[in-house]
Amino acid sequence: MIASSPHQHPDNSITSVMLTVIVALIPGIITHVWFFGPGLLINMCIAIVAGLATEAAILYLRKHPVKVALYDGSALVTAILFALTLPSLAPWWIPFIGIVFAMIFAKHLYGGLGQNPFNPAMVGYAMLLISFPQEMTRWLSPEIPAAVSLGLIDTLRHSFMGVLPTGINYDALSMATPLDAMKVQIGLGQTVATIQQSQAGMSQLSGIGWEWINIMFLLGGAWLIFRKIISFHIPAAMLAGLVLISGLFFLVSPDSYASPLFHLFAGATMLGAFFIATDPVTASTTPRGRIIYGLCIGILIYVIRAWGGYPDAIAFAVLIMNMAVPLIDYYTQPRVYGHNRSS
Amino acid sequence: MTNAVGRFHGGLHLEDHKACSMQSAIVAAPLPEQLIIPLLQHIGAPLEPLVKPGDHVFKGQLIADSDANLSAPVHAPSSGTISAIEERSIPHPSGRAEKCIVIETDGKDEWPGDRQTYKNYQSLSADQLRTIIRQAGIVGLGGAGFPSHIKLNPGQHQINTLILNGAECEPYISCDAMLMQERPRDIINGLKIIRQTVNARQCLIGIEDNKPAAIAALSNCLNDDEKQYIKIITVPTLYPSGGEKQLIKLLTNLEVPSRQHPVDVGVVCHNVGTAIAVADAVIEGIPLISRTMTITGGAVNKPANIQSLLGTPMRHLLTACGLDDHKLQRLIMGGPMMGFEISSMDTPVIKTTNCLLAMDKQETGEPQTALPCIRCGECAVVCPAQLLPQQLYWWAKARDFDKTQEYNLFDCIECGCCSYVCPSHIPLVHYYRFAKTAILEEERDRIKSDRARDRHDFRLLRLERKKQEDEERKRKKKELLKKVNDDKSDSKKSEIEAALERVKAKKQATRETEQSRDS
Repeated sequence: MIASSPHQHPDNSITSVMLTVIVALIPGIITHVWFFGPGLLINMCIAIVAGLATEAAILYLRKHPVKVALYDGSALVTAILFALTLPSLAPWWIPFIGIVFAMIFAKHLYGGLGQNPFNPAMVGYAMLLISFPQEMTRWLSPEIPAAVSLGLIDTLRHSFMGVLPTGINYDALSMATPLDAMKVQIGLGQTVATIQQSQAGMSQLSGIGWEWINIMFLLGGAWLIFRKIISFHIPAAMLAGLVLISGLFFLVSPDSYASPLFHLFAGATMLGAFFIATDPVTASTTPRGRIIYGLCIGILIYVIRAWGGYPDAIAFAVLIMNMAVPLIDYYTQPRVYGHNRSS
Repeated sequence: MTNAVGRFHGGLHLEDHKACSMQSAIVAAPLPEQLIIPLLQHIGAPLEPLVKPGDHVFKGQLIADSDANLSAPVHAPSSGTISAIEERSIPHPSGRAEKCIVIETDGKDEWPGDRQTYKNYQSLSADQLRTIIRQAGIVGLGGAGFPSHIKLNPGQHQINTLILNGAECEPYISCDAMLMQERPRDIINGLKIIRQTVNARQCLIGIEDNKPAAIAALSNCLNDDEKQYIKIITVPTLYPSGGEKQLIKLLTNLEVPSRQHPVDVGVVCHNVGTAIAVADAVIEGIPLISRTMTITGGAVNKPANIQSLLGTPMRHLLTACGLDDHKLQRLIMGGPMMGFEISSMDTPVIKTTNCLLAMDKQETGEPQTALPCIRCGECAVVCPAQLLPQQLYWWAKARDFDKTQEYNLFDCIECGCCSYVCPSHIPLVHYYRFAKTAILEEERDRIKSDRARDRHDFRLLRLERKKQEDEERKRKKKELLKKVNDDKSDSKKSEIEAALERVKAKKQATRETEQSRDS
């Protein structure tokens, strides 16, 4: 076959894009392990192995080339992002079921890479959160006394056999996340200032550990923008949306609504802004569309956090906006050269 | 010298690879033994040969022409004998064969005699100039090869700006840059002839800022009077600044409306090489029988700019530049972004051959398998027409051609920026060409079937009318007949009666005679 122009190409590929994304995640992952123990790494290993195996099996069933698709790195990134949403103390079947479900139902049933309307990692997370709320909300306390802290072996034993070291129970290990505590305490009539001072795990910015994890993901994301792997539109718009609406309510009533800073650095905000909402396959593709998409996610996150049934809301906000993407893309097409804006 | 006033969306910063072919001055290629002149070199009607095998031709002799307006004749690039008129492979993306006139050169390179020159072209009318330019076989030498006399006829349109395209944004190609450096006076003369033909108010020469020598040469060449209406404008080096629509945007901040032409916004745009060809044709009387082209790429040892006779086999030129057959991975006519692959080195160079790029393995890179589109949108970021390439790809792949048109497929200039940046290595431009071809074919079929339907409908109508007319005629005839019959029956009766009377009378008479005879 005669080659078609252009005849020169830069040295880029989906694989290099995906590997760069993984490198950008590393500071956040290390910080996460630092504060919440090695459980994340175990979850991540399970998710990666099960995720890649599921991907390979389905590609084989669909008679697609398995090796090429596995090397593109997309399944790897999905598995890592998915694992990052799980609590460290999750039993082994949580990451397993989640990633298998995500790969089969969110990715391949829609046609595989590039065809899925919903973010697979978020679909896996949402399914688990709804089905197994207890396991999915058992977050370790970032300030457990050293005596109680679980090592790698203990975490493995817990993950695979469901046993905790003698003398330790879940109550001693786990605690509500800052977002959860904030929501519950505001509901009980506490002021935001009191909650931030009195509740365990709270810090100046948001919560112990959480603020650092968010800062690391922010840095990783900024590096991705610098490397031109992602465009600034979605993260900037999403954070702006979140700041705008949280700032508005904070100005009106600082006692009953947490500050924009708290929202920016709590929960999965930065992971969501730079790594989840920017998933190219499921996000809007036009510049104006990306701004609308990001803004709406930011606003939805706040709405669900403040008045919804869940303490954090990245997954639901992203999934809801995934649905709107075809509509957004359709109405935000850029003006083509030689055409009037109106036509 | 001034800077660009507009900017276009997207574009790519590419390594230009131009320096290697600009080490030495333009040299004339040695005369080949055989010249192959395709009768179809560019858009427009194929030509009819005016010579036959065995004929002797002089250099510059007209050898093929067409009555069609959208065509440009060809001339013998050198003297010699016509050895054949047959199908040879021509430079075309499909690698197809077309009828070519083959000339065995005699080495004398002789002209038929004195050439018709117009040193004082100022006295010529626009129509006269257009005729000279058409007869010289001049087409756009920037790449597309559109017959120049058509672009030089703005008709009703008032031309405000004449643009000379010296941007030359494709990597590797440097022939326009060299021409601007070496022949600035000819370019300005050509520009003035073109200006006179289209009656343009001002002239802008757009050059990318990576060609300071060309900019300096042209600037120094202008005299004070010329400076009144000719401006040299540097544009940023950003592919595809040399695209007609992009350059117009850069120099005038005007956009050519979709599906219209530059004349619709009062602009005419020609390539600097075309300006030289125009000057040569009018002032020197030399038709378009040679052109300057860049021979370059990793597989040639001595990259250079060469003035070659049209019809010269590519191998002849590549060999002159030290082609290393072992290194050659892919031979491209044109640049690496928009050129197409040439499958046979026996293919001749034609009017639109601005570059022969002999790529080695390092330049082509490893063959890449296309992966699914991940909608990253990089293609939309770089698209100079501000299209949504991934959407176009989606619909083209699904063969939903209505949708591709809804996403403005025909505003795509096939610059290749989208394919270049695609991390999934999807040959996007290939899909767009496929969709465009399919739509145009559909359109042709539709027009054909529309015509057939119209013909059919008209036939039915005609038959119906004929039937009605026949019936009417029959009816009238019947009426007439009836009337006649009625009249006739009256007269007939009387005739019969008369006849009977006559018979009776006759009988009477006979009887009377018999009686008288008997008695």
